[in-house]
Amino acid sequence: MTSLPSAGPRSLRARIIAVAVAAAVLAGVAVAYTLHASQRAQSADTASEFGLDRGHLYFRSTEAGAGRVARLPAPGEAAARRIGTARTAVTSRKPSRTTGGPSCERFYAAAGTALCLQRRAGIPPKSYAAVLDGHLREKRRISLTGIPNRARVSASGRMLSWTMFATGDSYAGSSFSTRTSILDTRTGYLIKNMEEIPLTIEGRRYHAPDVNYWGVTFAEDDNRFYATVSTKGKTYLVRGDMKKWAATALRTNAECPSLSPDNTRIAFKKRVREGTQDPWRLYVLDLRTMRERPLAERRSVDDQAAWLDDGTLAYALPGEDGRKQDIWSTPADGSGKPTLRVRGGSSPAAVR
Amino acid sequence: MYLASTGAVAQGDPAAAKAPEQSEARRGRVAGPVLALGAVSLVTDISSEMVTAVLPLYFVLQLGLSPLQFGFLDGLYNGVTALVRLAGGYAADRGGRHKLVAGGGYALSALSRLGLLLAGGATAGIGAALAADRIGKGVRTAPRDALISLSSPPDALGRAFGVHRAMDTTGALLGPLAAFALLWATADAYDAVFVVSFCFGLLGVLMMMAFVPSQPHQTHPPRTGTPSESGSVAEPRGKALDLLRVPAFRRILGAAALLGAATIGDAFLYLLLQRRLDFAISWFPLLPLGAAAVYLLLAIPAGRLADRTGRRVPFLAGHAALLGGYVLLLAPTEGWPLLIGVLLLLGVFYAATDGVLMALVTPVVARERRASGMAVLQTGQALARLVAAAGFGAAWTLWGVGPALTCACVALTAALAGAAVLLPRTERQP
Repeated sequence: MTSLPSAGPRSLRARIIAVAVAAAVLAGVAVAYTLHASQRAQSADTASEFGLDRGHLYFRSTEAGAGRVARLPAPGEAAARRIGTARTAVTSRKPSRTTGGPSCERFYAAAGTALCLQRRAGIPPKSYAAVLDGHLREKRRISLTGIPNRARVSASGRMLSWTMFATGDSYAGSSFSTRTSILDTRTGYLIKNMEEIPLTIEGRRYHAPDVNYWGVTFAEDDNRFYATVSTKGKTYLVRGDMKKWAATALRTNAECPSLSPDNTRIAFKKRVREGTQDPWRLYVLDLRTMRERPLAERRSVDDQAAWLDDGTLAYALPGEDGRKQDIWSTPADGSGKPTLRVRGGSSPAAVR
Repeated sequence: MYLASTGAVAQGDPAAAKAPEQSEARRGRVAGPVLALGAVSLVTDISSEMVTAVLPLYFVLQLGLSPLQFGFLDGLYNGVTALVRLAGGYAADRGGRHKLVAGGGYALSALSRLGLLLAGGATAGIGAALAADRIGKGVRTAPRDALISLSSPPDALGRAFGVHRAMDTTGALLGPLAAFALLWATADAYDAVFVVSFCFGLLGVLMMMAFVPSQPHQTHPPRTGTPSESGSVAEPRGKALDLLRVPAFRRILGAAALLGAATIGDAFLYLLLQRRLDFAISWFPLLPLGAAAVYLLLAIPAGRLADRTGRRVPFLAGHAALLGGYVLLLAPTEGWPLLIGVLLLLGVFYAATDGVLMALVTPVVARERRASGMAVLQTGQALARLVAAAGFGAAWTLWGVGPALTCACVALTAALAGAAVLLPRTERQP
């Protein structure tokens, strides 16, 4: 016991007092910081200060009012480029940017219906899909499990779909597990986990326990849909049919499809590199010819792209310094170059 | 209680303190330094498990990283830990700097919380903070276990490790609860979790500095009379690899690696349970808590049993319990019996193997090599388990759940038979 001071009990008492004082100070710091943090969070969960209006770009803000839905009047391409260049103008609260929306982890909206995926801390933490009306007031709340990942509303606002990462197995390694749900808001019919849909791959009925679906996107008829399925290490683009309740694989290596407003093309992310270093690239697939074309965006995009109009796609990318996320847009035909649309935002949705 | 006991040991000269310490051990008490280390581990585990519990959520929800990126960062640093652990063991043995090396590891992990706070969302900063945490964890483990073994009489090693692991697991249980309570109270303020975790981590370091003696064995010559194999007292100086020349050590390492290579990993077991029972995934994080609670309750009794029967039997029996868990998952068991059965068997597995393995190896490694020896053993076991997890994952993907689990059962049965042959039998008990 050579390290201990030789004075014995007195020095032990001194050490006990020193550690007790240190513990009290540390406890004080911990409590003070926690109180400060909980006061900071007071403003969340209030009613939305705006509704869904045509001609606006809605998104989840990661800057002012972080975690809440914000909106901007959707400008023309030229105006967007101007904002993108004048960075200082968008970093702080621009007059046109309103951040008083609902608080969501993922958000999407179309034609008077919005889908807001939320997560509430607790033991255990809980997740919800909140269906919102045109005034962004809550109409229905569905209790879910896992971490919100993808959210989509069909063009008519009738069909909703979302994907959750199942926690636990998601983080064991490079593989993850998903649960994808579909909700018909007209009938109220909810498919909590679409994994059981009969699936055909290369003309054969396919059975495997490891199928995972994600990123559902609905066509104009609110019946046909596209999605990603992964099984045995491969991903497929599948076309599904709600009435027949069946899905067919169209091609491999296409994730997070997003159907264009005119229903002729699908934007998707394609794995162009194995591993985790910049694995994805955005492509657009022509559904008539089944030919794909890479977009001008050369960075790896891990998002379900959103069509702002028939010629423009928007998506989230990590910010330049690795912080938060920014929304970028790029022409859907592979021409031009990417433009910074919203600094400090994710989950873009153009309400037309 | 442990404070008083530390003081009693600290007062007298070490040789005189040895006798009462040993008699205390016979009455069921544990040496002061072990309790002090247990308390440090308890506080530190609250700190580290708080962060571990919320990191996936923080990355995916707050920062928008994909699980793929997170899985990559996580896997990368888990690999690094194995090497760092060996370095930590070696550094501790050089000049008996166990306390310094272990304390440095604790301090590095505590500081990594501030790194997470300061990194904000920058991926590079987060990567660095995670690396610092893992390095700290890797560095401290072997010197800490060596300190426990050096502070305890040989006939009470199992109990000493049992007490330490029980205290450690208490911290691991409290950590996630504290973290989720904080997130709930602050509406998802992850920075508050990091700050509170840092405070706990720093407290652990201070407690270590104040109450853990640095060289409990310094004035003792290597005790050749320790009950051990003939090859146990290795040359005090020399290369770490010389350890492998000790036959008993080699056999224990072989047995641990063999059994480790047939251990498929908790994450898979929990996932299988979830599939079989189909409970809400939000309860998923509570499964490890169930197994940890069993571990906590049984760690001390298992250690005492190991002291009485020899450590070989509980170590093998613990792996047999794990095999029982696999079989239960294969059998047509349903509902609560399956859930409780698997968690119970998993808890028994940890209680009967984790600390017991350290107690098992202690008598065959010279005091001067203790930390290195434990590091080599822990690294060997960890690498074998890594291979097993990867293999099981591949088998699951290729053949499906049933065949993969059947393979695991066969492999574990074979490994048990092999380990029973390999493990030295001659461990005499007073």
